[in-house]
This record gives sequence, C-alpha cells and structure tokens, in this order.
Amino acid sequence: MRTILFVLQKEFLQIFRNRMMLPIIFVLPLVQMLILVNAATMEMKNLNIFVVDCDYSTTSRQLVGKFAASPFFRITGRSTTLSDAESSMKRGKTDIILKIPSNFEKRLVKENRAEIQFLINAINGTVAGIGYAYAASITNGFNREIISEWQTIPTGTIGAQNIQVKPSFWYNPELNYKVFMVPAVLAILVTIIGAFLSGLNIVREKEIGTIEQINVTPIRKYQFVIGKLTPFLIIALLELGFGLTLGKLVFDIPITGSLVLLFFTAAIYLSVVLGFGLLVSTMAKTQQQAIFINYFFMIVFMMMSGLFTSTESMPDWAQRLNVLNPIAYFMRLVRTILLKGSGISDIYRDVISLAIYGVAMLSLATWRYRKTV
Amino acid sequence: MNHSTPIIRVRNLVKKFGDFIANDSLTFDVFSGEIFGFLGANGAGKTTAIRILSGLSKPTSGEISVAGFDIYHQTEQIKRSIGYMSQKFSLYEDLTITENIHFYGGIYGLKRKEIKAQTTILLEKLGMNDYKNQLIRDLPLGWQQKLAFSVAIFHNPKIVFLDEPTSGVDPITRRQFWNLIYEAAHDGITVFVTTHYMDEAEYCDRVSMMVDGRIIALDSPEKLVRTNGVANMNEVFLKLARSSTLEVQAT
Amino acid sequence: MNRFGGFVRKEFHHIFRDKQTLLILFGIPIAQMLIFGFVISNEIRNVGIAVFDQSHDEVTLKITEKILSSGYFLLEYDIHNPNEIAKAFRGGKVKEVIIFEGEFAKNLEKTGTASVQIIADASDANLANLITIYTTGIIQDYVSKSNSQSSPPMQIIPKVRMLYNEQMKSAFMFVPGIMALILVMISAQMTAISIAREKEMRTMEVLLVSPLKPIQIIVGKVVPYVALLFTNAVTILLLGFFVFGVPLHGSVVLLLAECILYILLALSLGILISSITDNQLVAMIMSAFALMLPVILLSGFIFPIENMPKILQWLCQMMPPKYFIIIVKNIMLKNTGFLYVWKETLVLCGFTALFILLSVKKFKIRLE
Repeated sequence: MRTILFVLQKEFLQIFRNRMMLPIIFVLPLVQMLILVNAATMEMKNLNIFVVDCDYSTTSRQLVGKFAASPFFRITGRSTTLSDAESSMKRGKTDIILKIPSNFEKRLVKENRAEIQFLINAINGTVAGIGYAYAASITNGFNREIISEWQTIPTGTIGAQNIQVKPSFWYNPELNYKVFMVPAVLAILVTIIGAFLSGLNIVREKEIGTIEQINVTPIRKYQFVIGKLTPFLIIALLELGFGLTLGKLVFDIPITGSLVLLFFTAAIYLSVVLGFGLLVSTMAKTQQQAIFINYFFMIVFMMMSGLFTSTESMPDWAQRLNVLNPIAYFMRLVRTILLKGSGISDIYRDVISLAIYGVAMLSLATWRYRKTV
Repeated sequence: MNHSTPIIRVRNLVKKFGDFIANDSLTFDVFSGEIFGFLGANGAGKTTAIRILSGLSKPTSGEISVAGFDIYHQTEQIKRSIGYMSQKFSLYEDLTITENIHFYGGIYGLKRKEIKAQTTILLEKLGMNDYKNQLIRDLPLGWQQKLAFSVAIFHNPKIVFLDEPTSGVDPITRRQFWNLIYEAAHDGITVFVTTHYMDEAEYCDRVSMMVDGRIIALDSPEKLVRTNGVANMNEVFLKLARSSTLEVQAT
Repeated sequence: MNRFGGFVRKEFHHIFRDKQTLLILFGIPIAQMLIFGFVISNEIRNVGIAVFDQSHDEVTLKITEKILSSGYFLLEYDIHNPNEIAKAFRGGKVKEVIIFEGEFAKNLEKTGTASVQIIADASDANLANLITIYTTGIIQDYVSKSNSQSSPPMQIIPKVRMLYNEQMKSAFMFVPGIMALILVMISAQMTAISIAREKEMRTMEVLLVSPLKPIQIIVGKVVPYVALLFTNAVTILLLGFFVFGVPLHGSVVLLLAECILYILLALSLGILISSITDNQLVAMIMSAFALMLPVILLSGFIFPIENMPKILQWLCQMMPPKYFIIIVKNIMLKNTGFLYVWKETLVLCGFTALFILLSVKKFKIRLE
C-alpha cells in the first residue's frame, strides 16, 4: 500500500512538471467543447432552395410562401427558367430546386391533381434525404390546407376525417442540438485521457529505459499498475467535472440526473479504458506504435458509439459488435443520466456490463505486463 | 570476503535469442564482498548475462542462484536483496535528486524518516547538498552517474549489479566513481560490474572475460597478467580474444 | 547528394521496418471506409417506440400497424399508464411515445376529429424532429387514404430527382472526406512524431552536426511519407470506386496531382508542428486534436458548414481540408475541370508555402 503511494507521488510530480500537460488538460476541453458542440449540429436550417415557378398563380405563390416562411428553407433565387437554377446549383449556391409547372393551378382545379418537382443535390445523401422529408412535409401540409379550404365537405360524413397530431418534445423542448453533443464531448475527453495518456506514459518509460529500473525492484505488478493508472483516473474525472462546469456555464446543459451516479459510472468506464491503454502499452515498443494502435481502436469505437449517428440505424451485426464497444456504453450512460435523469434502476445493466469488462481488461493487461521479460 | 558459499552461483547459463546464442553455457561463482568484473567487447553477451542475474530477463537454461534464491522461482525475493544500475543511468530526468531518492527508497520499503535521514547523509558525502532540488537533466553526466549508483545501493542490498557504469564519462570522474565502488565493497556489498574498459579490470578482485558469449578466462587480474606473460589486462584481452577467435576459425 | 540519398534510405527503413505501424496506417482508412460504408448511417430505422393506446379499437390498431410496418420504427413496449412513459424514455430504448386518446374511433365518427399525442425524446433533437415528421406523415397518409375512399381529394404530388448521386449513396460524401481526413492526419502526425522522436532520442543532434543541411533533413524525412501517403490515397480511391461505386467522372491526372499537393501541405504542417515541440506525446496530441477534430468538424465533412454559427464558418475558411474536399468532389462527381477548381488549388498552394516558410524559419531559430 505504501508502495502505491510512492508511485502515485512520483507520477503526479512528473505529470504536473510536464509543461505541456496542464494546457492539454484545461485548454483541450475548452476548445473541444466550444468548437465541437457549436459545429456539430445536424440541424437543418437554411437549406438553399431555388424556386422555378412557371405558373405564378395564386396557389403556386401560396405554396412558395410556405417555403419562404419555413425556418428550414431559405429562398436563394427565383426564376422561370430551369437553367438558371441548375447553374446556381452547379456553383454550389443552391441545394434544392422547386419546379412548379405552368399549369399547376389549372390542373389542380380541373383534375384534382398536379405535380411539382424537387431537384435535390444529393451529394450529401443525408442532407438530401432530410431536405426532401421537410419539403414533402411542407407540401403535404399545404395540401391539407387547400383541401379544407376548397373542398367543403359537411362534417359528420365520411371523408372529412381529420386526425390531429400533437407533438411534444421532452427533455429538450427547444430542440437544442447542442444539448446532445455536450455529453458526447465529455465522454470523448474522458476517453482520450484514459486511453492515450495513461498508455503512452508507460510506453514512454519503456522507451527511455526507466522501466527497467522499476522492474528490478521488488515492486508487485498490481502496485505498479495501480500507481500508474490512478493518477489518470483522477485527472480524467477532474476533466469530466471541468467539462461539466463548462457545459453548464456556456451551453446551460441540463443536469437532470445524479452527479454522483455520473461520476461513479465514469470511474467504472475508466477502468475499461485505462485497462485498454495498459494493454496497448504491453504490446507497443515505441510511443509511435502505441499512438497508432490506440488511434485505430479509438476511431473505430468512436464512430460506432453513437457519437454522430445513432446506434439503432446500424445493421444488426454491427449492433451486436457494439457489445464490445465501451464507448458506446458510456455515451449512452452520460446522455441518459444528464439529459433524462436516469437512475441506477434504469441503467444497472449497462453499468454491470462495464464493470465486468473493466475487471477483465485490467486483469488481462496486468497479466500481460511482465517484470521479467 | 567469504569464500565458502558463493553469493552468486551460475552453472551452465544459456541464453538464446532465436538461433543466436548470446550466452553459451556460462559457469562461475561470485563470493560475498568481492568486486567481480565481467569483461568483454561490445556484443559479447555481458549485458544479457547481467540482466538475467538481476531478474530482468529469463534464461533459456541453466542453474542460477542469487543471494541464495533460485532465479526461476524466487525472482521477486532476489529483487529485494539486489541493486541495479543500467547503462542509461536510469534516474528520472524530470524529477529532482531528492525526489528520485525518495521514490526508490520508498519502493524498497524504507520508512520516510529513514529516507530523509539517509538522503541528507548521502548528499553531504557526495557534496551535492546544495543541488538537492535540481532536476536530474540539469546535472552533469558524472553527477548523474554517481547518483544512479548511490540510488542503486541506497537500500543496502547484498549485491549491486552495474552495467557499464562508466561509459561516456571522463577518466577523472571514472576514478572518483571507482572510489565509490570500493567504499561499497568495503561496507560488505558484493559488486558485479560489466565493462569494456580493460584498465578498470585492474580494480576488481576477480574478473571473467567473455568473447562471443563464452567465458574464456576467469581469475584475479594479477594472476591473469602473470600467466599470460603480458604487461596489463588490455594485453591479456587482446591475446586471449585473438586466440579464441582463431580457435573458432580453426574448427 | 549521396549523403542525402543515404539519409532518405534510412528514413524508408525506419518506416517499413515497423510493420505494426504500417499495418495500422493502411488499416485505419480502410476501416473507416468500411465503417462509413457499411455500418453507420443517418437513415432512420429501428427507432424504438412505445404505444399508449387508450382505445384499442380498429382505427388505432390500424394506425399502429401502419407505423410499425414503415420500417422506421420498432415497438419496444406497450404502455398502460402515464407513469410508465418517463420510465420508458429513461431506459434509453424508446425514443417516441405515441398516445391514442380513449374512444378514438368513436370520436372520429361522431365529431370528425380525434387526437394523437406524440412525445419525442428530444435529447437527440434532430432525430426527434425527424421521427415526429415521419410519424405525422404516416398518420396523415392514413387519413388521406381513408378519406379518399369517399371522394378524391386534391393532391399535390411531389416528384423528386436526386442529382449527382442518384442513389443518395453516402459514399459520395465520405470518400472525399476520409481522404482529406486520413491524409492530413497521418502526414502531420507521422512527420511530427518522427521528428519529435529524433529530438527526444537525441539523435537529432547527430543529424544536425552532420554535413546535411537542415533543408535536406526536412525533405529527407518527408519524401518516404509522400510515397506512403500517395499509396494510401490511391487505396482509398480504389476502394471507393470498386466497393462503393463512387464514380470518377473527371480527370484522374488532375485528381492525383491535387492529392500530391494536399499531401505536401499536410506534411509541411506536420513539420511545423514538430518544430514547435520536443515531446512526442505533445506532438501527437497537437497534431491529432488540433487537426483531427477541426478536420472532421469544420471541413464540411460530416456537418454542413452552413448550419454553423458565423464565427465557426469563418474558422472553416481557414481549414485546408475544406478546399481539398471541394476539389475532390468537383472532380469526381461533377466532372468539372481545372477551371472550376483553380481557386481552391491556389488556396492549397498558399497554405503549403506558408507552412514550409514557417517551419524553415522555426527550424533555423531552434538551431541557434
């Protein structure tokens, strides 16, 4: 036990004497928080729409008006010729072209149906899909409006049925996308410190040669491991706290759940991540190798964790693989505790899985670490 | 010097790296309190052997006991009784003298008060008291070397293993360093030192000479010089090394 | 020149002997491509919902079935009382709760209206928005279909054509993005780390004392990486073409030339970073997090630039990857020639020159 304290003391001394370490611990989260959270919005606003209205009737103008009034779209141009719209799109100034044919209103009145055309820049398939969903939604809304205006069908008869849909949004009524990203950023920060810094630290000693001096002492493996990893556990948790404070101050994120629970799950999560960093350090001979191995897994796990895209839309086999992805667990946990106030009874399954994973990882890594080569 | 039971006992130590034989059936004894030199050119296998004896590396085969403990099954007990100084003088460059001593002292189980007291005595002796809060990286190489040695014996081990402790250091500092070694031996610590400087061989009680992983000579420096009819250890080495390679070529 | 050749050869050895790192260098872009291509997607599917049907009549059951058969949603629970709603959300699997009022069909018959409440978990605001729109759409569709049995209503039929990317393949977005990301990250990281490593291991001093000029040292370090990264870029393009069907409408030569330019840019950035710090760890963190996140986020790769706050949009203009992505997309997807991309190419050249200039200056200072 005393031995562990001696190791801890040395580690902390070294960490804080490293002039670059403090800026990394404090500046990094600040920068990440500000940039990441502000930039990472999938919110569709101001999709550029170019209107080619060949009809210019009351109805067509009303329809266009609906698009103009919508916060999702921004009308960047109007014309009666398609080629104007197309060159605007080629230049990158337009995302969607709305083409209303010249007999739009007439056909609607006479034949009860008329077509309009959307030409969408689908290079970004996601944006295209979402943009179309909004456009169709606005069109359908307008459609219903004119039906009720023009076709007066007495109520009570079949055919005048109308189902009112009332949406409401819980946990984030203002639909602030940032609220979703802040917990994600926190999860990433904690992960970086846990995996990279701790693992690299050990490989560094390997590279310099001081690890031999340690291996030659009677220190037990578990004492070494605990002494080496605990500082980063503490720093990571501090980081979490710092990040949370920033998140609250700058973005006013809700903190609905128990902070104690949050830090508790963070500590368990860190056991997996630290174990992983240690495992990598037993496999890498140089810091460069360690960096790239860590990188590889970080990237794969992060992408599949639900950071930017939801895990449910992944194919089933990928979702099953995610059982091994610690970041996926933590991402879920952070978001659900902070934003929805989930308690231990809601999340115990994830927590237990992480705990088992952590013990397994740490044991494996410690076993792999050899004092005698 | 106690000649009855050797404090290090090596019988047929073999270390192979794949097909390459780094240590080829080494057999020797080291007695308590002596300064034992392990000589040889670079690449002869000295570092490999010393790392095995200090428990850093596992031998391929052979019977080895250090300080009465078996190297295979009692490695951790051995570590309590030995000290080690590597070629790189592995002290932490970004820690101060005091912090380094404090750390290693603690790892070896010394109490804080004891560490403090011993540190003061040591620094006074070395004349470094005014620099006790200096980072290692800011000290001259000769000081780093002396400190590395002092840290290696801080916990009063029975044996201290020194791997090329004087490489890269000027002759005067080397002389001063050997004074420290003498002092340690005088206090009863067995010193096992590897070196490729043949003149340092003269400072040892007994030396063994390694060429290509094998021991080709083992005796006190005076006896070796006399039996080979040359002027000094350097010439002993040249004579024996050359003939040993000729032997190999002949077979 | 001979000295220089020897130096370059040493650098090649360094890289190619480290098989582990090499494997990963090629593995990362391939893994990313595969994940982007086959794993992650922005499509709405399997979104967990819960239904609180206080009516259980023919209409509500029909509507529920319609919703569930859309492929977007998955029924996780049936809710029987309002207290269960919050719990369902907190469990994390349910993203939307649909509540049918009691006596739904009866109300519809008698008064002509009935209401459905949709509660969406808005912690993921975008998802919430979308699923609400989709659900509403499905319900409205039900309404118009059941109404149309009586008299045909007016129908405005939207037709859609997806341009440049008919099948809305996400590969069109991510292949250029991954190229931009990987190339810059690996170039910058590797050079930064490699140089920092020499400094840390003190072998840099040996180099500096040798007759090699500083510029030769820098160029020598960089050359093997150009080869490596170029191979990487080609791998990504080939994968994109053969596995994901990303077309190559424009000039291959132009594309490859732009790639080389971009690689040089990234490498000189790496050198710049390494000239700032002695520590490998710091070099790595700086290049990774000063580069990776901005590249991913601010280059328009995943998140559209237009949606960001003005300050960030301005910052985006300073991100070289943004320009590279535009160039690649234009050449590959729109078959535009050099005339359309000369502006961006100029910007890239400018950045490269800037980085090289700065590094040479800093390098010289360090020597004194």
